[in-house]
Formats: sequence, structure tokens, C-alpha cells
Amino acid sequence: MKDSIIRALKFIGLGFLEPLIRLINKEEPTKNTKEVFRKIIAPVASVFIFVGLWQLGSTALYNIEAEYKIEATLKSQGEAEAQKIKECMESGDPGCQPNTLPSPSQVYASYLTLLEDHRTIAADKKAFKEKTFEMNKKRVKQGKSVITYTGRPSFVDQIKTSLKTVFAGFLLALFIAVPIGVVIGLSSTLRGSISWIIQIFKPVSPVVWLLLVFMIVKTLTKNSEGDSAFIISFISVGLCSMWATLVNTAMGVSSVNTDYINVAKVLRLRPLQKIFKVILPASLPLIFTGLRITLSVAWMVLIAIELLAQSPGLGSFVWEEFQNGAMDSNSKIIVAMFVIGMIGFALDRIMLFIQNLISFEKETI
Amino acid sequence: MAILELKNVFKTYNPAKEYKGEILDNINLTIEEGEFVAIVGFSGSGKTTLVNLVNGLLKPTEGEVIFKGKPVEDTSHERGVIFQNYSLLPWLTVYQNIDMAIQEAFPKASKQEKDVRVKEYIEMVGLTHATNKRPKELSGGMRQRVSVARALCMDPEMIIMDEPLGALDALTRGNLQDEILKIWERNKRTALLITNDVDEAMYMADRIIPLKPGPNATLGPEFRVNIERPRDKTALNDNEEYKKTRLKIIEYLMDLGDAQAAESTATYELPELQPKDFRWDAN
Ligand SMILES: Nc1ncnc2c1ncn2[C@@H]1O[C@H](COP(=O)(O)OP(=O)(O)OP(=O)(O)O)[C@@H](O)[C@H]1O
Ligand SMILES: [Mg+2]
Repeated sequence: MKDSIIRALKFIGLGFLEPLIRLINKEEPTKNTKEVFRKIIAPVASVFIFVGLWQLGSTALYNIEAEYKIEATLKSQGEAEAQKIKECMESGDPGCQPNTLPSPSQVYASYLTLLEDHRTIAADKKAFKEKTFEMNKKRVKQGKSVITYTGRPSFVDQIKTSLKTVFAGFLLALFIAVPIGVVIGLSSTLRGSISWIIQIFKPVSPVVWLLLVFMIVKTLTKNSEGDSAFIISFISVGLCSMWATLVNTAMGVSSVNTDYINVAKVLRLRPLQKIFKVILPASLPLIFTGLRITLSVAWMVLIAIELLAQSPGLGSFVWEEFQNGAMDSNSKIIVAMFVIGMIGFALDRIMLFIQNLISFEKETI
Repeated sequence: MAILELKNVFKTYNPAKEYKGEILDNINLTIEEGEFVAIVGFSGSGKTTLVNLVNGLLKPTEGEVIFKGKPVEDTSHERGVIFQNYSLLPWLTVYQNIDMAIQEAFPKASKQEKDVRVKEYIEMVGLTHATNKRPKELSGGMRQRVSVARALCMDPEMIIMDEPLGALDALTRGNLQDEILKIWERNKRTALLITNDVDEAMYMADRIIPLKPGPNATLGPEFRVNIERPRDKTALNDNEEYKKTRLKIIEYLMDLGDAQAAESTATYELPELQPKDFRWDAN
């Protein structure tokens, strides 16, 4: 029972809970108490310290900004106005807060606001759907286009859009980079001859990729009504992030253990058999390492690309909030930052999980 | 009739700059059909290199390797190989590892025939209970059995074994020796066994040839083992012929070892190693 729980936890990447479970089962108390401290208490404490430092920092910044604002009002509009502003700030009215790094509690409040906002919008959407259901049915019959909800997307909708874009980009990278990587991994001539392309394009910034894709897609989609912002951003994400997979696949394929190659030769495997039964499985660990990097790069550049391409998603959310410039917006940006970080972390864990599932060697950590 | 002939074979891995016989120096060897030949040699003398020349993975720098009258150009299903380090594919199960060989060796057989054959060979090496296990779940001895089954299921005319039992304990070793002998006797194939164990060679082979230590390793004089088959391991120790031959071989090998030790203290050369560049654009 206990062992299977531990195994399950390890499998889903929560192996750090192991000593706690052992401690509850009264196994080696001294050793496991130490382990609990090292693996659970200390990390949790570090979270508190982090939040505490953040609180201190934001208070300090708040004071500087507030003083400056009062001072400035005093100079330009006189005593009475300055007093008014001061009172307004102390009352906590968001309208007159100084614009600076928000404190943890403000960020948490914004998080709740965003959730509330999502609930309202979701309810709105549902009501809209119900209302237009019958009408849309009729319109479909008459051959007219259906009426869709065009209201403002909620924060959660933005997350979903971003995830959709990143997966589309990731799949694009996968389908381009793995086959090409295999081909150039197999042939050292090819590898040598197109190495320059990789060397040159790998370090190109996401912004430039976006512009390039924009030039091409804009022309190609001139006459269609497709969602070109989405197309542009996912293609750019794919192109930016595929290089790690390409290079790792090529390296994996070209450096397969000679023992395996010798087996393939001695058994006289046909070329396709050799690729699918020996070379690909042998290079799978490296291909997966590449895919993991690709996914994390994709997620990282996504925000910048959405921001520039003005396609909906977390990137444009951050940008719009930044341009709003209110105190509340700053905390929303920080919420987005945490969400982005946690989703990135979760994506990496998922890749690691899949990698461990298919790996034939020792567990990777 | 000679099934395998090596004529004046020289081998170096670095033909550009070293002497052509850097690893193997003028090897001459003839193996008759149905014969069991053992080559004993020190570690690093070039035994695996010799095996790879015979099975077609390597080409001699100079000289000829002739199998059934034709020069060896490439690997072939006629020569089954048991690798020194098993070389099972870790992502395939026991069944799949053997099936892969059978698919290639008998492309025309029906699905069912192939399946029967895979199972037959798994049973022959006593691994039926582990049919669906992967190599990492097997013990060293079991892995070696899979490797034996994989080589034999293709029904090769010659079995080439590169220290097949080197990593096993004495007990498992004895069992597998008997199994290999049984298979060899059943179809009267030709066998080339590489080993570093004189007793193993004495028990299994008709003829034992020492490979002198490298560099420039060459074959020493052959020793015939004229003992009736099937041989009985316990009775062997009292057999006069066995004792005499064994002593001769061991004395010969010890002399070689002493000579090499004297030489290696005189000229202590460091091997020329180059770091391998794994960056992707390196060729
Ligand atoms: N691919 C290679 N490239 C260059 N040198 C090699 C290569 N393979 C083997 N050698 C060298 O050839 C020599 C003989 O190696 P080989 O593997 O044939 O020895 P061995 O007798 O099989 O040793 P062991 O008993 O340890 O298996 C060694 O000095 C080794 O360094
Ligand atoms: Mg060897």
C-alpha cells in the first residue's frame, strides 16, 4: 500500500513527499524527520521568505512613489490638493494609487477579480448561446452564417487560447523538425551541407520570425477569411522553437551506439526496419530532450509573439493591461506572470512524464 | 572442405599513418566445415577485431577473408554472431528481439511459421517464462541466452561467438556451454569461439589457437584437443590427454604473458587518444 503510493507519487513527479509518507508509517523516524525538513519544510519556508521579501520590496517602492506623487502635487497644485491625494491614497481607492510594483496581497486580490470576471463572462456566454440557439438553427437552415459570441474574452479564455497556440506551434515544430532531423542525422553529407542554415537561423529572434511569417502568411491568406493572427503566431512559435528538436534529433540519430548498428548490420535489417526498429528507438531519449526544450522555448516566445501579432492570448492580455497603466493592471500582469510560469512548469513536467513512460533506460530526473 | 579461410590478414584502424598490421599482423587461419575452433587471447589483443573481420563488419587492411570459397564483402545470415556484450535492443522484448532476426532471415515464411520458430528458440534457451520481458529485467545469463537464441534462430552455417560467456558466473557458464555444444552437435555447424578461459576452450573445441598479445597480434601454434565427444566435465580432470594439452597451452600463454610484461616495461607508450567531438556539426 505505502510503497505503491510512493511509486505513484514518484511517477507523477511528487517524489519529494516520500519521506512524509514514510514518517507517517513510523519508518526510521530520525532519518525521515530530517528528510521531511530538507524536502518539504525548507522549500515551503523558502516560499514564505520569498513572499515576505516581495512584500518588503513593494512597500518600499510604494512609499517612494507615493512621496514623490504628493511632493509633485504640492508643487504644482498646492497644499489642499496634496492633502486630498494623501487621504485618497490612504483610503485605498484604486483610482489614485501610485503606479508601482504591487504587493502580494494586491496580486492575490487581482487573481480573485480575474476569476470573478471569468465567471461573469462564462455565464454571459452561456446565456448568449441559449438565447441564440434556436435562431442559429434557423439561420443554418436558411444558409446564413451563425451568430457567435463576440464579447471580451476572460483571463481563462486567454490562457486557453495561448495553450492552443503553443500546442499548434509545438506540433508544427515536431512534424518539421523530427523528420528533417532524422534525415540529416542519417547522412553526414547532408548534415554538412545544410549545417549553415541551422547555424544561421537558430539564433534568430522570435520577433524577426514573426515578421517573416507575417510577410508570407499575409500574402497567402489574402482571399481567405481564416484567423490569420492565430496562424501567424503559431507558425512563428513553431519556427522559433523547432531548432532544439532538430539539432537533438540529428545528433541522436547520428550517434546511435555502434553495438546497435552492428546488430542491425549482422541481422541485415532492411533500411526502413533499421530506421524504425533500431535508430529511432535508440535516439528517442535525445529526441525527447529536444522536444522538451522546444516546448519550453515555445511557451516562452509565445507571449512575445502574441503581444506583437496582436493575436488573443496571455501575451496580448499582458500588453493591454500594461497599456492600461492602472495599479490594478500591474497586479494583473503579475498574476499573468505566475500563471505563465506555472503552466510552463506543468508543461515541462508533462513532457518529462511522457519521456519516462517511453524510456527504456534508467529513470531520468 | 575449408569453410573459412583467412589469408595473410593485416588490420589497422588507422590506415593513414600506422603500420598496416597495427592490431592484427599476418593472420592465417583455416577452419574446416563442422569444426569447433577456439581462439584464446589476452584482453585487448584484437579478438573482437578478428571476429568482426570474419562476420563482415570490418574489412581487412590487407589480405583476404574467404567464406565458402568467396571473399567476405558484407555481413551475412550464413554467419551468426553472438556479441561480446550481448547487444540486445533494450526497447524490444525477448520475443521481439528474436522475432526481428527471424523476420529478416525468413522473409517468405508465413506469420504463423515465424511465430512458431520464435517460440521454439525461446524455449530452447529456457526463457519461455520471460518471453515478454525486456533485457533490463533479465539477468546477465538470461540476456546471453537471448543473444544465443537470436544468433541461432537464423540457422547460420557458422556460429561466431565473441567471449559469449565471459560475464557469467561459473555455474551458468557451465550450463550454457553444454547448451551451445548441444546445438552445435545437433546440426553439425561450424563454430568459432573466442574466449579467455583455457578450460572452456578445452571443454568445447577441437582445436585451440592462441592469439598473441597486441599490438601486432598474430596467431600462435595450434593445439589439438583429441578427446572423445560428448566430453564429461568431471572425468576430464583425470584424462591424461586433457592434462597434458592443458599444461602445454597454459605454459605457452604464460611465456607470452611474461614476454609481454618484459617488453611493456621497456617501452611504455601511451595510446594516442583523441577526444570525440559530439557537437552536431562536427564530422
Ligand atoms: N573502432 C576502433 N578504432 C580504433 N581502435 C580500435 C577500435 N576497436 C578496437 N580498437 C583497438 O584495437 C585493439 C584490439 O581491440 P579488440 O576490441 O579487438 O580487443 P579484444 O581482444 O576483443 O579485447 P577484449 O578481450 O577486452 O574484448 C585495442 O587496442 C583497441 O584499442
Ligand atoms: Mg573483445
